[in-house]
Amino acid sequence: MANDGVDKGRRRFLTATTAVVGGAGIAMAAVPFIKSWQPSARAKTAGAPVEADISKLEVGQMVTYEWRGQPIWIIHRTQAQLDALPSQDSRLKDPTSSVEDQQPKFAQNEYRSRKPELLVLVGLCTHLGCSPKFHGELEPEPFDPNWKGGFFCPCHKSRFDMAGRVYDGVPAPTNLVVPPYYFVDDTHIMIGAAEGAA
Amino acid sequence: MANRLTQAVSGVQEWFNDRAPSFGPFYAKHMTQYYAPKNFNIWYIFGVLSMVVLINQIVTGIFLTMFFKPSAAEAFASVEYIMRDVEWGWLIRYMHSTGASAFFVVVYIHMFRGVMYGSYKKPRELVWLLGMLIYLVLMAEAFMGYVLPWGQMSFWGAKVIISLFGAIPYVGSALTEWIMGDYLPSDATLNRFFALHVIALPLVLLLLVVLHIFALHEVGSNNPDGVEIKKGPKGNRWSDKAPADGIPFHPYFTVKDTFYTGCFLLICAFIIFFQPTFGGLFLEHDNFIEANRLVTPEHIKPTWYYTPFYAMLRVVPNKLAGVLTMFSAILVLFFLPWLDRGKVKSWRYRGTGFRIALFVLGICFVWLGKIGSGPGTDPVETIIGRFLTAAYFGFFIFLWVYTAFGFEKTKAVPERVNDHD
Repeated sequence: MANDGVDKGRRRFLTATTAVVGGAGIAMAAVPFIKSWQPSARAKTAGAPVEADISKLEVGQMVTYEWRGQPIWIIHRTQAQLDALPSQDSRLKDPTSSVEDQQPKFAQNEYRSRKPELLVLVGLCTHLGCSPKFHGELEPEPFDPNWKGGFFCPCHKSRFDMAGRVYDGVPAPTNLVVPPYYFVDDTHIMIGAAEGAA
Repeated sequence: MANRLTQAVSGVQEWFNDRAPSFGPFYAKHMTQYYAPKNFNIWYIFGVLSMVVLINQIVTGIFLTMFFKPSAAEAFASVEYIMRDVEWGWLIRYMHSTGASAFFVVVYIHMFRGVMYGSYKKPRELVWLLGMLIYLVLMAEAFMGYVLPWGQMSFWGAKVIISLFGAIPYVGSALTEWIMGDYLPSDATLNRFFALHVIALPLVLLLLVVLHIFALHEVGSNNPDGVEIKKGPKGNRWSDKAPADGIPFHPYFTVKDTFYTGCFLLICAFIIFFQPTFGGLFLEHDNFIEANRLVTPEHIKPTWYYTPFYAMLRVVPNKLAGVLTMFSAILVLFFLPWLDRGKVKSWRYRGTGFRIALFVLGICFVWLGKIGSGPGTDPVETIIGRFLTAAYFGFFIFLWVYTAFGFEKTKAVPERVNDHD
């Protein structure tokens, strides 16, 4: 009947190619919808890396920047503070920074920083998100008679050393977070990107 | 006069049937000529109850969208506006929030019933699979709905749940940014969850419910005896081709279901009027505080219907392994029809091992739920949680070994449903 003399191979070829082209069309049409979920230009601008000028940051001082709604601390540590770091290892929860989410790979070292003296941290307690206070002096404090400098959270008494490493026996579960950053030059730090032009 | 009226009615009927001749038979197939087993017990009301709740959620949800503002700046205040200023707004909102929990109560009982009486077994595997898909979509729907009021638990719950996707190697962090549309749960996240919660997922849910019911009506309902009434003798009061042990769904079961729906709504009304937060289980106390990204709540916990799975996530020490465990706990349910090789459906006639195992599964689920809603700081509880998680998965392994290698000693299944006359 109507099927007499039908070239089945040709029909199969046309069916298959139509299906493939149609499928590709659907896949490409889906791209804008999927991409619309990416952070918008506005969100990206608001969350763009922040450049910090540290040319006026003296030894022992701290400066605070803001990135993605979080306080970012930059601290120029003294030699005494750096020398005291290994002495605290036995009192810490995670002295070797083994919890990977708490810092980029480059900061998984004894100073938790790119340059030993310059410490960059997200200034939020890993317990409930309060902002700890900076106590840089190596002298007995009411909350710790063997204080070797660090950060103390007034909300629930969590303590961190001069590398943002959390002490044992406090509510905070992990070390303070080190954000991604890199040195633009000797006096400028880009906060929010681990390397290169972002 | 009456004659004129009858003429008019039959005239309209005729007009309608001429134009849509398949509507009448369609109605008959699913209502008056759908023969359901006459031995249905109280466990068989929960399918209908979940439809009642679904309709409640749709109606109250539509009215909530008339007053709710889906933006991070306005959402929390607009919910308080509904609660305080909109006339009867508090009732509509509490009907919606209580309905969400009621949905999971009836769905969990409905699923448990399916396991008790072997309703997932051949020929009803497709009914079970569609039901599981409904359950999955329902969980996504409830999660996104909980984010909308933009309270503390909305925000931090969203942050924790979305960060689960961050545990996926390589694509994790890009995926979480894609889901949120930002670097933390934000206005963009709230806005898209609103769209999914009120449009996309309800449409999917409705479609799946229709398919679930159609699939059921193709093969016919199971019953507490696990006897196939279609294989039994034919002929009842309404048709000589229908199963002898079946009675029309309408009016017999519609009447029964209406009675129980009344009882169910009475319980729901009590909760809505006297215990709308249900002690922090249905609406958590922290969610009456506006979202604040700088202050984390004392302990973040999801609503009760997720806590068994959340507990599994927490007791597993590794994050990725925890996420996989949690999702596997849901995924394994999809395979139930093929893991269970036993031919006997109802637990009335199954081996003692099956009954004990099912009892243990129930205990694991409830106890894990309790652990998941706690602070999760007790190390003993963590150990218990690991045992319970192992026992949960153990049920499925046991069930397969028990049935595939012939360890199960079943009782004789009757030819027809009990009390068939």
